[in-house]
Amino acid sequence: MGESITFWVLAVVSVSAALGLVFSRRAVYSALMLGVVMFSLAVLYAVQDAPFLAAVQIIVYTGAVMMLFLFVLMLVGVDSSDSLVETIKGQRFWAILAGLAFAALLGLGIGNAVMPAPKGLAAANQAGNVPSLAELIFTRHVFAFEVTSALLITAALGAMVLAHRERSEPKATQKDLSRARFVRFGQLGRNPGPLPGPGTYARHNAIDMPALLPDGSVSPLSVNRVVARYEAAEGTLPPEVERILQEEAVSERANGHGARPLDEEDGK
Amino acid sequence: MEPAEIIQHSGGVIGASWLMIALPLLGAAVLLLGGRRTDKFGHLLGVAMSVASFVVAALAFIQLLGFAPGERRRGVELYDLIPGIAKVGLLIDPLSISFCLLITFVGSLIHIYSIGYMAHDPARRRFFAYLNLFVAAMLVLVLADNYLGLYVGWEGVGLASYLLIGFWQHKPTAATAAKKAFIVNRVGDFGLAIGLFTIFATFHSLSYQGVAEGIAKGGSIPFTAIGLLLLLGACGKSAQLPLQSWLLDAMEGPTPVSALIHAATMVTAGVYLVVRSGPIFQATDTAQLVVTIVGVATLLAGAIIGTAKDDIKKALAGSTMSQIGYMMLAAGIGPAGYAFAIAHLITHGFFKADMFLGAGSVMHAMNDEVNMRKYGGLRKVMPITFVTFLIGYLAIIGFPLLSGYFTKDGIIETAMEHNAILGWLAVLGAGITGFYMSRLVFMTFFGKKRWEDDAHPHESPAVMTWPLIILSIGAVVLGAFLVLGNRFMIFLSPAVGQPEELPSFHPFSTTGLATLALVAVGAVFAWMRYGSAEVPVVAPRGSFLTAFARRDLYGDALNEALLMRPGQWLTRLAVFFDNRGVDGLVNSLAALIGGSSGRLRRIQTGYVRSYALSIFVGAAVLVGAWFVVGNL
Amino acid sequence: MTTHYLVLSALLFAIGGVGVLVRRNAIVVFMCVELMLNACNLAFVTFARQNGNLDGQIIAFFVMIVAAAEVVIGLAIIVTIFRTRRSASVDDASLLKY
Repeated sequence: MGESITFWVLAVVSVSAALGLVFSRRAVYSALMLGVVMFSLAVLYAVQDAPFLAAVQIIVYTGAVMMLFLFVLMLVGVDSSDSLVETIKGQRFWAILAGLAFAALLGLGIGNAVMPAPKGLAAANQAGNVPSLAELIFTRHVFAFEVTSALLITAALGAMVLAHRERSEPKATQKDLSRARFVRFGQLGRNPGPLPGPGTYARHNAIDMPALLPDGSVSPLSVNRVVARYEAAEGTLPPEVERILQEEAVSERANGHGARPLDEEDGK
Repeated sequence: MEPAEIIQHSGGVIGASWLMIALPLLGAAVLLLGGRRTDKFGHLLGVAMSVASFVVAALAFIQLLGFAPGERRRGVELYDLIPGIAKVGLLIDPLSISFCLLITFVGSLIHIYSIGYMAHDPARRRFFAYLNLFVAAMLVLVLADNYLGLYVGWEGVGLASYLLIGFWQHKPTAATAAKKAFIVNRVGDFGLAIGLFTIFATFHSLSYQGVAEGIAKGGSIPFTAIGLLLLLGACGKSAQLPLQSWLLDAMEGPTPVSALIHAATMVTAGVYLVVRSGPIFQATDTAQLVVTIVGVATLLAGAIIGTAKDDIKKALAGSTMSQIGYMMLAAGIGPAGYAFAIAHLITHGFFKADMFLGAGSVMHAMNDEVNMRKYGGLRKVMPITFVTFLIGYLAIIGFPLLSGYFTKDGIIETAMEHNAILGWLAVLGAGITGFYMSRLVFMTFFGKKRWEDDAHPHESPAVMTWPLIILSIGAVVLGAFLVLGNRFMIFLSPAVGQPEELPSFHPFSTTGLATLALVAVGAVFAWMRYGSAEVPVVAPRGSFLTAFARRDLYGDALNEALLMRPGQWLTRLAVFFDNRGVDGLVNSLAALIGGSSGRLRRIQTGYVRSYALSIFVGAAVLVGAWFVVGNL
Repeated sequence: MTTHYLVLSALLFAIGGVGVLVRRNAIVVFMCVELMLNACNLAFVTFARQNGNLDGQIIAFFVMIVAAAEVVIGLAIIVTIFRTRRSASVDDASLLKY
């Protein structure tokens, strides 16, 4: 009875979270939804006499993998707004149709199957779940286990190789960066000094608050493009700010500089 | 009497008779391979080789006469080409040696004549090379002791004929005529080749000896088929109906070529083939009948064509057709006719070569004008040519005591005994011969001068007149020499057999008198039209019959309508079928594949999600399939 | 109960599949793949209890290991692609086509 309640609650939660994962506009929300699903599954594992897996699920998935996802999400940039408008003709229709058909067929198959009462893991877990698993892993599946170690090492190496970028020019010194700033000032008239920090002359000290100029108006230079992207979309930004933000975006696109987060060496 | 056995022979001149072929062949090779270096002495070398060949032939003839008549068939083995199947060997017997003498003797005279005739031609050396090549090939044809060798020579003379007709290939008419001759001959040669296949399939041998033995052994032998196929080959080479059309156009070649190849020797190869294949033809009445019919039809057709031609060489070519028709007629009759056929062949070789060379001499004098309407009165300026030509003319129309009188009347008498209808048609042909040859002579040598303004006729040089004189002597005496006392028939009998009773010569037989009367009527009629009367320079339109004869009895039109047009249609049909059918099939298949690929490749959008969708749909289908199959 | 768990697993798997097909952000696509893997794991664990032995759990364990390795490599690839193409959309990487 207790298991039934747990199952139904978690089933509803995990299915809605999965749907949320698929249909939420923001990647961060998706990640959080995935975390919910994984957590629910961890509980379901625990319910099904798999405490070790439940723990591993929490540690590996909700802990490591989810953090990795969020980290990469930050790295790639939250401002790469993800439109939900479908560009491939018929893709969404056929995808949902195939998904429904798949689920229906699989459900039908499972529902048609006659399942005897579960044998339960009481006997198998006699010595405790972890020791029993350990015994199997280090006896019958020891070879596969060893191979997974090689797999993990290879994966770590591969990640390093993929993420590594070979420097093709000497690292710019402070002097070079300063020169470049003044060249840009001379050519484009861009202020060589540091950008105004948020909150200067501000009534709030939050990151989403632009700096105010002495006359009380918003300093466009202090507006974070990423933070202000929804306001820009809704058209509630002051016209002066919007103009400067657009100019900035145009010049960045022309110079081939995209979103900022990965450009640590760009010197800005 | 049956032909004698062939006795293998070695040593002596007969053993070395391969020299007859080798010498002219060597001459041709030297002249063709030597290039311009041989320009200076090329003609002399050509003449020397031809004369040397004649000397060998004459010596071989003398040695052959030394044997008893029954031992006069001497085989000379040269080389075992395919052991057990084909040997290369020569057969020296009265028949082949007669041909050898004719070919090399007349050939040598024409070689000599050509020195003068071709003196101003820049390609004279090449001309002599081809002439030598022709002599060699023709000797291969007659000397071979088997059909395979005959075929080699047959094709060799075809090649030489092609090269020489098209000798002035810069003239489109000559080039076309050469091709025409070659193609028409191809039809005949095709028949000959199939005939040889049939012979080999029947007798498992291609040698004359083997064929004779096979016939003696008996069994079911398709004589008629072989005979008709051989006749087809003979028709092609000898310009007999229905393959006659090439000979008139072949006159585009230099006149010595017309004299040697297209009058005296090559065109008689068909007669040789029929006589040589006597054992086969004598076994089949059908084939023999066809041979005689072809002969009579051609002799009449040639004569009719000859009456209407204004071109002196074409008129002579029609006459050649007609005379070979006589030979074919005789050859179709059997052993009784063989001797007359070959005798007429030899005398015709002389007098026709004489007349062709005479015509060449006239053309030479008249700036290569061939239209007889622009001749006239030439007897005074060209006395030697006139006299020799006159002798040839009298010989061909059968003027008493000259060659044609004996040989052609022999053929007519034999034909009359064999079949009266054929005989009377042959008499009629002789009458027409009298008309058209007289017309030719009167238009050329008698009457008023109708020359072009720049024509300054003159007698030809000695190098050209001496061959004429020698040939005309032959034209006078040969007929009497060969026919009187059946001398030639007895000489030939070891090779071709002889009839049970020898014919006797009656100078005043009904047939002979009728022939003479008809010839006289023809000649007088010709004199009235062309001798005493004015000959218009421009040919009058004439009646329907004239047009019929001028157009070669519509032979070309017939060929065109019956063969060329359907051939063109067939070709067009094939092209159409190829373009639309075969190409269409292939192209539409390619277009189908290309088009469908062009559409199918749109599936490769590059979008990973599309690919993933197809995978996912596939997985769903698999689950569905598993579900269905599992529930069955 | 086994049936219920399995149906839940199938549902989650299908939802993950649809997510892979409809989302364009590479990271979200990747999350959906993880969702599918987790759905599989649920089925394995369920079958382990159904059959009364631990093999299902062992396999689920191995799946987790492989998934971890796969996440590492996959995210590294996404970062590399993003660095060169300035985009994390799977539709932008569509040069390999007709």
